[in-house]
Amino acid sequence: MRVQIPKKVSFNQRAREETKIMMNKRSLLSGAGGAFAGAALAKLSQPFAAYADDTTSLPFANGDRSLVRYPGKRPLIRLTSRPPQLETPFSVFNEGVVTPNDAFFVRYHLADIPLSIDPDAFRIEVKGKVDSQLSLSLSDLKTGFEPVEIVAVNQCSGNGRGFFEPRVAGGQLASGAMGNARWRGVPLKAILDKAGVQAGSRQVTFNGLDKPVLPETPDFVKALDIEHARDNEVMIAFAMNGEELPWLNGYPVRLVVPGYYGTYWVKHLNEITVIDSVFDGFWMKTAYRIPDNNCACTEPGKAAAATVPIERFDVRSFITNLADGAKVNAKNETLIKGIAFDGGYGITEVSLSSDEGQNWSAAKLGPDLGRYSFREWQTAVRLPAGKHELKVRAINRIGQSQPMAPLWNPTGYMRNVVETVRVQAG
Amino acid sequence: MRMPLLSSHAAYVAAVLTMVGVSYAKDLTYTLPEESSTLRPESGVERAQNNCVTCHSVDYINTQPPNRGKAFWVAEITKMIKVYHAPINDADAMAIADYLAKTY
Repeated sequence: MRVQIPKKVSFNQRAREETKIMMNKRSLLSGAGGAFAGAALAKLSQPFAAYADDTTSLPFANGDRSLVRYPGKRPLIRLTSRPPQLETPFSVFNEGVVTPNDAFFVRYHLADIPLSIDPDAFRIEVKGKVDSQLSLSLSDLKTGFEPVEIVAVNQCSGNGRGFFEPRVAGGQLASGAMGNARWRGVPLKAILDKAGVQAGSRQVTFNGLDKPVLPETPDFVKALDIEHARDNEVMIAFAMNGEELPWLNGYPVRLVVPGYYGTYWVKHLNEITVIDSVFDGFWMKTAYRIPDNNCACTEPGKAAAATVPIERFDVRSFITNLADGAKVNAKNETLIKGIAFDGGYGITEVSLSSDEGQNWSAAKLGPDLGRYSFREWQTAVRLPAGKHELKVRAINRIGQSQPMAPLWNPTGYMRNVVETVRVQAG
Repeated sequence: MRMPLLSSHAAYVAAVLTMVGVSYAKDLTYTLPEESSTLRPESGVERAQNNCVTCHSVDYINTQPPNRGKAFWVAEITKMIKVYHAPINDADAMAIADYLAKTY
């Protein structure tokens, strides 16, 4: 017989509690007037809309997916189960400017992910070209430094890869491998300053608890230039939207690299090494590289002549309140709203076209939560009876925008075409 | 005497806890849902099953774009062997490429 003490199972227990609450709500629903009330609420609230055996179909060939509930998560679009890769259903982005923790996307590379962590014994080792090595506990991290907060988007390099034509190998994602959260933690600079970075240092490498199945497989290690690592924005985050990090989003701490693709946001971060060379590990030298040109693109089907590591997000914008194929009322103005973001210069303008890109009108921007955050926008247009293509385009502070036709690269990274939603007014 | 009493009491508690198997570890644990995806049945599926699932679930295969042809799958298998050091012998690699090209 084996008795588990409560602390040992708190994550699962929390998930079970959530499930219980969910079940109670469901019982309430069915008790309170049957299928109609249930269906109406299901439309309003994502958690009701999807259960473990539900499926969804992403809008590209072979896009059928299961919606699966993981502990601590609402049902998410399962791309793969080992290691787990979960995409956020796009309707979540219409719930609010901050993506809820239980809906935030999940991306691992290697299947030996941590399934047991003792938060009291957990340490972050800081080593390499430093004057004094550090071994920081979570308590050291939370009490020994001045905490900071930032609202920042995390987005997978391959977000939208499933839309590439010709199709490319890799995780076949629609647009849900992104999320916006309020991160709380300690600036990496403060930790590096405490350790004392030695003269001649060039990069800092980051490793987490996740490991490959085969010892020969390259461990997932990422690197940032020393200046970037000390920019006072790169952060070791221990909280997300006012709570501990969800397990699958890197509990207990992860690197937050505002404006940079998620590949740098190392989860379960436990090893920071200052080096005096340019890191040549597989995940920097070979993987996560883009064509070395202004568009990060090649002729479709062609390889790049030279590549560089992927870095900042390009500009993106989305309509969130109307899905493709939606029906709208031709008699009234139609509210159209959504989100936009970029790699950290800040969104300055969002415009909408309802005539396939001929004419554009500026949308009203929502509150500014910082230049790394989703920026909400909205506008209203009268759409006469018939079919319409709605297009949205954003511009950032340095004038970067989005192409009307999709760019292509062999790895399916950095999609940022002007997105289109087709609606029917009647 | 107090000390022997205390220590025998402690020993008793420890013995009871050992019997019921209480763990003193402060580990938090996480339980992943079970894998449920399976490879499409077709001749050659066994070799794919035997080799590919060592490192990843088969939905890595099942979700790839359809009808990409043998070159697509040869490139993927080559990447698994060269980059991730999957121990797949040449005969299996070719058979798996054939299976994937005709089945996916």
